[in-house]
This record gives sequence, structure tokens and C-alpha cells, in this order.
Amino acid sequence: MTTLLLLGSLLTGGVVLALLARNDRPAFRIATPIVFGLLVLWLWQIVCTGYEVPLVLLPPPATIAAAVVNHLPTLAADFRQTFLRAVIPGWAIGSSAGLLAAIALDASPFLRRGVLPLGSLVSAMPIVGIAPIMVMWFGFDWQSKAAVVVVMTFFPMLINAAAGLGQTGAMEGDLMSTYAAGYGQTLLKLRLPFALPFVFNALKLNATLALIGAIVAEFFGTPIVGMGFRISTQAARLNLDVVWAEIVMAALAGSISFALLALLERVVTFWHPSYH
Amino acid sequence: MRDRLSRALPLLCVLAILIAVWFAGSVAMNWDQAQDLADEDATWSDIAQATLALDRPLLPTPDQVASEMIRSMFGYPPTSPRSLVFHAGVTAWAAIVGFGIALLAGMALAIGIVHVRTLDRALMPWLIASQAVPVLAIAPMVVVVLGNVGLTGVLPKALIAGWLSFFPVTTGLVKGLRSSDPMQRDLMRTYSATEAQVFVKLRWPAAMSFLFPSMKVAAPLALVGAIVAELPTGAQAGLGARLLTGSYYGQTPQIWAALFMAAFLAMLAVALVDLTQALAAYARGGRL
Repeated sequence: MTTLLLLGSLLTGGVVLALLARNDRPAFRIATPIVFGLLVLWLWQIVCTGYEVPLVLLPPPATIAAAVVNHLPTLAADFRQTFLRAVIPGWAIGSSAGLLAAIALDASPFLRRGVLPLGSLVSAMPIVGIAPIMVMWFGFDWQSKAAVVVVMTFFPMLINAAAGLGQTGAMEGDLMSTYAAGYGQTLLKLRLPFALPFVFNALKLNATLALIGAIVAEFFGTPIVGMGFRISTQAARLNLDVVWAEIVMAALAGSISFALLALLERVVTFWHPSYH
Repeated sequence: MRDRLSRALPLLCVLAILIAVWFAGSVAMNWDQAQDLADEDATWSDIAQATLALDRPLLPTPDQVASEMIRSMFGYPPTSPRSLVFHAGVTAWAAIVGFGIALLAGMALAIGIVHVRTLDRALMPWLIASQAVPVLAIAPMVVVVLGNVGLTGVLPKALIAGWLSFFPVTTGLVKGLRSSDPMQRDLMRTYSATEAQVFVKLRWPAAMSFLFPSMKVAAPLALVGAIVAELPTGAQAGLGARLLTGSYYGQTPQIWAALFMAAFLAMLAVALVDLTQALAAYARGGRL
């Protein structure tokens, strides 16, 4: 019975998707991935309930949704601890420090040649590994998580912003000199706006990195609240519905911040050729 | 020569400054601990010297980390669980298997997305959205769940490493497979080339220059995945386990040594991708 339902859903879903994908209108372009996502959820649900997959292996989506609703106070507390206290301050501090460092480096070619290769080296390294050190330095609470996030977000911003500040052409620079613009004015009116797409690129990248950093840092010790703490302890107790509920929260937080940043980028860099 | 010097000099200066700052930081951060341990009549310089040689310093000095690395790398046979080489090997193996999985899955998916319109429209937005999701958060759950069905050892870790590194491979390859010049694709059609021939002779070679940069992003990610996957199991072996036991027992030099080892592995991985790229370019007559 389940097998029949499964095959039927697969077939109908496949046909509907193929039909949707043939159409090029914007509404269809949005509908196709949504239908695909719903199909995956539906298949997941009938496989889990139909074949009686043990809950400790993979809870069905309906159970996860119920867990989100039932554990809402816990989830909210964890979200406050991890996202509002660690991720956002860490992300803001790390990103702005990276940007300021890039501007400072920009003034000195000697420093730039010395720091940038090291910076790109460091940004390719497994920086989350500093989490135990930060926990040792800043204690179990959110400060150590924010510190990990600061370090993780600093280097991508440094590299990207440095690349962005190098984007200005000689023509625009010459034009600024004919206006008798000083260093500060050129920086503010020409070079920083030119660097904005790169800065936003780093901000978006850092949004994900910050969440990862804060959650992983919590695996090394926390007060008894936080998304990473909940995930690791509840996974060990095999309460997988709670774990999945936390993951849903983390995914939502990650994609919503990403979307907000993308929106802000569009508003701030409306003049950029990629939007025309 | 002059060119090389003008490039190396700033780098060396910055490195020297970093090491000096590190030493100064060690003195400052370990001061309280050294003062507690010192005698009543210890002078300032006695305490300052003591800060550089503590057993469990808050911040070990560069030479303490270096000697810990040498001791744990060469002091034991590489098969002993006390050897850092052993732990690095465990992590590297999980990362390599995971990277292999990521390459295969990424290639299969990219080929599907490029050739099947439905997959492109339905799957691609999800792939892009998935970049904004903190995938590493599911690592403990995957390890626990797979351990529960009897899957332990390298595979759960490799799956997480693969899951983390497969997105850059897929998106890079999709871009690459589409990067061939439409003119050349038209030319292939005038030769009445089949879809498979177009793929082998045009699309795939054109994708290479996209594949290697995304592999350079993916390889360190696989390493991060392997390290984090070693945390939740209570981890008997691997660099992640070294980090965890180091933080439990306050063995700071051990943590730093494991970190530097991880950094070294990441550099090695990127260098290996570079080497493969050079070999691929050589096999093709010098151009990629």
C-alpha cells in the first residue's frame, strides 16, 4: 500500500514538475522549487509513517513540526542565547573589524603585501577549531561564542573588502583628483561604494559562518541553554524531534538573515550593473 | 630575485610582528597564574620568565607549541594513539573519503542539472538556499543516528565532510559545464555530435577551469566537517578528539598543536589540488 502511494506520488510529482519546468514565466520559475520542496516533504512523511521508520532514525516532518510547536519556549530561549547574544554581536564586530582592517591595509602597500597572503591562508583554515581556546579564555557563556564568531568572520571580510577597495579604475581616481578630492573624500565617495558588492558578499558569507561558529563553539561547553548545546545533548539522548526542531530554527535563522542581507544589498547598491 | 625579496619581506615582517605579539600576549595572559604559583619574594622578571614556561598556560608560547608538536609528532610511533600523526591521519582519511563522496555526488548532480531542465528548475534554488543553512549543526545528529544503526568508524565522519564540501563542487561544476562558448556548441551541432560527445569533448574540458577553484574551496571544508564530526562521539581518535580532550583537561599546548596540524592539513589539501590542476594542465598540453 505504502509502496503504491510512494510510486504514485513520485510519478505524479515528476510529471507535474516536468510540466512546470517547461514554462518560463516568473510565476512558474518560483512555483517549481516550491512544489519540489513540498514533494520531498510529502515523500519523507509517507516513507517514515508507511514503513514505520523508527523515530530515532528519522522523524517524519509532521512530528518535527509538532516538536517545533511543543518546544517553542525552549527553542526561543536557545535562539536568544545563540543567535541574539553570540551570532549577531560576533558577526557585527568581526565584519566591521575586517572592513576597518582592510581600509587600514589599503593605505600601506607594504602591509598589504604582508597581511593579505596570510589572511587568505587563514580563511582557508578550520578556524572553528579555536572554539575550545575561546571557551577557556572567555568562559562558558555567550562571550566565548561571540569571540569565535568574531575570528571566523574577520578574515573573509578582510579579503573581500581588500579586493573590493582595489576595484576602482584609474579613470575614476583621476576624476576625483581633478575635483581636488582628498584621500578621505575619495574613499567615502568613490572607493567604498565600489567595494560595496564585495563587502555584501562577505557579509552574506559571514552570516552562515557566524551561525556555524556559534553552534559548534557550544559543543565545547555552555551554560545549559543554546542551540548547539540542545543539539548535542538531545542527540545523545536520541530525542531527535527536538534536534530537528533546532535545525529547522537554525536553517530559518540562516536563510532569513541571508535574504535580509540580499535585500539590503539591492537597496544599497541599486546602481550596480548586475541589477540592470 | 629582487621581485621575490620584495614579496617575501613584508610577509616576514608581519610574521615577526605576529610572533612578538604572541609572546607578549603569553606574558600578559599567563601573568596571574604565574604570580599565584611564584614565591612571595619573586621579582617581576622572575614572574615574567615563569609565564613562558607554565604547564597549563592560558596562552602557550610559540616555542611551547612547537616543542609540543615535535614531541607528539616524532616522540611516538605514528600508529600510537599518543602520536599527533596518528590523529591527523584519522581525520585526513575521513576528509579524503568525504571529499571523494562530494566529488562523485557533485559531478552526478551537476551533470543532471545541466542536462535535465526539470532538475535545474526544481533543485538549483534549493542548492543555493542550502548555502545559507548551518549544515555543520546536524553533524552530531548524523553521527549519533548512524552510530545507532551500527554505522561507526570513518563513514559517518566522511558523510558529514562530504555533505559540507559537495555544494561548492556542484555549483562550480554547473557553472563550468555551462561556460562553453555557444558558438562552439553550435559548431559541435554542425558536426552532428551527440549530446555525449559534446559533453566529453567540449563541456567537460571547459568545466575544468571552474572545477579546480571549487575543489580548493571544498577541500578545507571537508577537513572542517571531519574535525567537527569527531566532537560528538566522545571521539576516540582524530584532531577533533584532540581538541576535545585538550579542552577537558586544560592541555592548552595540545589544543594549539592540533590546531596547527589542522591548518597544515588544510594547506596540504589546497597544495594537492594545485598539483592535480598542474598535472591536468600538463596532460592537456599546458593549458586549462
